[in-house]
Amino acid sequence: MGAPPSPPPALRRPPGARLRALWAAFLEDDLVHEFRHSPVAILGFALAAGLILAALLAPLIAPHDPYDPAGIDLMNGLLPPFWEEGGRLVFPLGTDNQGRDVLSGILYGLRLSLAISCAAVALSAVAGTALGLLAAWTGGWVDAVIMRLADIQLSFPAILVAMLVDGIARASLPPSEHAALAMPIVIVAIGISGWVQYARTVRSIAIVEKGKDYVEAARLIGLPAVLIVPRHVLPNTTGAILVIATVHLATAILTEATLSFLGLGMPPTEPSIGTLIRIGNDFLFSGEWWITILPGVTLALLVLSVNLVGDWLRDALNPQLR
Amino acid sequence: MIGFIVSRILQSALVMLVVGLIAFALFNYVGDPVNNMLGPSATSAERARLHAELGLDRPFLVQYGDFIVRAVQGNFGLSYQYARPVIDIVAERLPATVELSLAAVFLALALGIPMGIYTGIRPSAPLARVLMGLSLVGISLPTFFTGIVLIVLFAIVLKWLPPFGRGEVVAVGWWSTGLLTLSGLKALILPAITLCLFQMTLIMRLVRSAMLEIMRTDYIRFAMARGLRMSSVHFRHALKNTLVPVVTITGLQMGSIIAFAVITETVFQWPGLGLLFIQALGFGDIPVMAAYLVFVSLMFVAINLLVDLLYFVIDPRLRTGGG
Repeated sequence: MGAPPSPPPALRRPPGARLRALWAAFLEDDLVHEFRHSPVAILGFALAAGLILAALLAPLIAPHDPYDPAGIDLMNGLLPPFWEEGGRLVFPLGTDNQGRDVLSGILYGLRLSLAISCAAVALSAVAGTALGLLAAWTGGWVDAVIMRLADIQLSFPAILVAMLVDGIARASLPPSEHAALAMPIVIVAIGISGWVQYARTVRSIAIVEKGKDYVEAARLIGLPAVLIVPRHVLPNTTGAILVIATVHLATAILTEATLSFLGLGMPPTEPSIGTLIRIGNDFLFSGEWWITILPGVTLALLVLSVNLVGDWLRDALNPQLR
Repeated sequence: MIGFIVSRILQSALVMLVVGLIAFALFNYVGDPVNNMLGPSATSAERARLHAELGLDRPFLVQYGDFIVRAVQGNFGLSYQYARPVIDIVAERLPATVELSLAAVFLALALGIPMGIYTGIRPSAPLARVLMGLSLVGISLPTFFTGIVLIVLFAIVLKWLPPFGRGEVVAVGWWSTGLLTLSGLKALILPAITLCLFQMTLIMRLVRSAMLEIMRTDYIRFAMARGLRMSSVHFRHALKNTLVPVVTITGLQMGSIIAFAVITETVFQWPGLGLLFIQALGFGDIPVMAAYLVFVSLMFVAINLLVDLLYFVIDPRLRTGGG
C-alpha cells in the first residue's frame, strides 16, 4: 500500500488531471469496487439516501407545513390518497383526522425520527468507544467492572431500558416540562443502552493494537496515553465502529418508532413516524388505512435500506464473516 | 465448575440488588408518595405525620432493606391506578403473557431452526436466497407494524381471526388459560406470529451462519470423505456444534420476547403484563412499574443463569476445564 514518491514540482500534472486521477483511484478502492458490483448495496444505498434526502429537504418539498395550525382545516379531515375515490391532488397521500397532509407528516416525521436516531447512535458510539478504549488501555479492575456492566446491560433488552427511562422521566417531570424535553429524553432513552456493542468491539481491537510494536514505540518515546490512544489506536477501530453504527442506526430508528407508537416517545404535536402510525391506528377499523399504513411502509423501507447497507458493509469490511 | 456456578449466582444476586435499588428509588424519590396519597390540600403537619407513618424518615439503608424484604415476599403495595395490591394484579395478568410468550418462542424455534439449517446447508439454492431476503425484511419490520398489517389482512379484510383480545378463557386453579377454547386459540394466532417473527428471523440467520462456518471445518470434510451419508454429517456432526450459540441467543431472545410482548400486547389489546406496564407508564403508577421491573429482571437473570448452566450440559469440554 506504500504511496509512490511524489513527483518533483516540474512534473506535476494540472489540477484537473489530478482530480481525475484521484477519482480513478477512488473507483479502484476495494470498498468502492465491492460496492459497484453489489446490486443489493446500490439499491439499499439509493433508497436510504433518497429517504434521508427527502427528510432533510422536508421544509422545501413538503406540500404543507404540519406544524402550522393556520394551514390545517378540519373540513379536509380523513381525505383518502389521490388515486382513491374522493381523494384530491392537493393532499397526494390523503389527510389524517385533523386535516393534516399525510405526505407532509411523513416527511417531517422522517426528519424527526432520523434526527433522534442519529443523535442516539452518536451518544452510544461515543460512550461505548470511550469505555472500550479505557477498558483496553487500563486493564485490571477498571476493565473487569466495565465488561461486567456490559454483560449485565446486554441481558436487558434496549427497548425495555428505553421504555423505563422514558417512564421515569414522565413520572418525575410535570407534563408541560416533559413535552418540552420530549426529544432529548427520547435520545437519552434510546442511546443509553447501545454502548455495549461498541465497547466490546473497540476493546478487543484496542487490546490487539496495544501489543503491537508501533504502540510500544510511541510509549517508549514518552508519548502520554491521551495522545497515543486517540491518534494511533482509535483510527484502527473506525471500520468496526462504522459497521456497528449502521446496524445500530436501523435498531435506533425502530426503537424510536416503537416508543412513539406506544405513546412514550414524541407527542402528537411533534409527530415522528411512530407517532403518525399511532394516530392512524385508531382509524384502522373505520377503513382509513392510509393514515397508518403509509407511514408504516415508509418506516419499514427506511429500516430495510439501512439494514441492507449495514449488511453489505459488514461483509465488505470483513470477508471472513461471509 | 463449582466456582464458576457460584460466581454466576453471586453476580445474579448482585444484579437483582441493583435492580431493587432502582425500583426502590422509583418508589421513594420519583413522584412523592406522600403527595400521591394525601393530595395537594393537606397541611404540612398531616404530611409530616404520614411521612413518619410510612417510615420515610428512617435512614436510607434501613428503608432499602425493608423494601427488599417486602419485595421478596411479593409485597409491592397498592397500585395508584386500581387501588388494589400490585401482586394480585400481576398474578391476574401473568398467564396471558406467559402463554403468549411460550407460543412465540415455540414458533420461533420450530420454524427458525429448520430454516436456518436449510439455508446453511444449501446457501445458493433459490429457496434459501428467498428466505434470506425475507429474513432481512423480517428484521426490518417494526413489531407493531407487523401486528397492524396482520390485523388489517386477517381480521379486517378476510375476517378470519379476531383483531384483539384473548377470547374466552377457562380457569384452571388460579391460572386462566386461553388454550382450551376455540376462540382463545384463534385469538392467540396473530399475536403469537407477530411476536415470533423477529426472533424467528434472528434464530434462522444465526443457525445459518453457524452451519456455514462448521461445514467448512476439517472434521466435517473428513466425515464427508469417509463417505458418510450427508444427512448423518449434517445432523449428527454439524448441527450439534451449532447448538451453543443457538442456546445463548435463544436465552437472550427469551428476554427480548418478554420486552417485545409489551408492544404486541398493546397492538392486540392482549390483557397481559406488558399492557399493564404500558398503562402504568402512562399513568405514572409507580408501584406497578417497580413490580414489573423487579419481576422482569428476575426472569432475565434466571434465564441468563439457566443458559450459562446449560452450557455444561451441551458442551462437554467445559465440564473438565477450569471455570
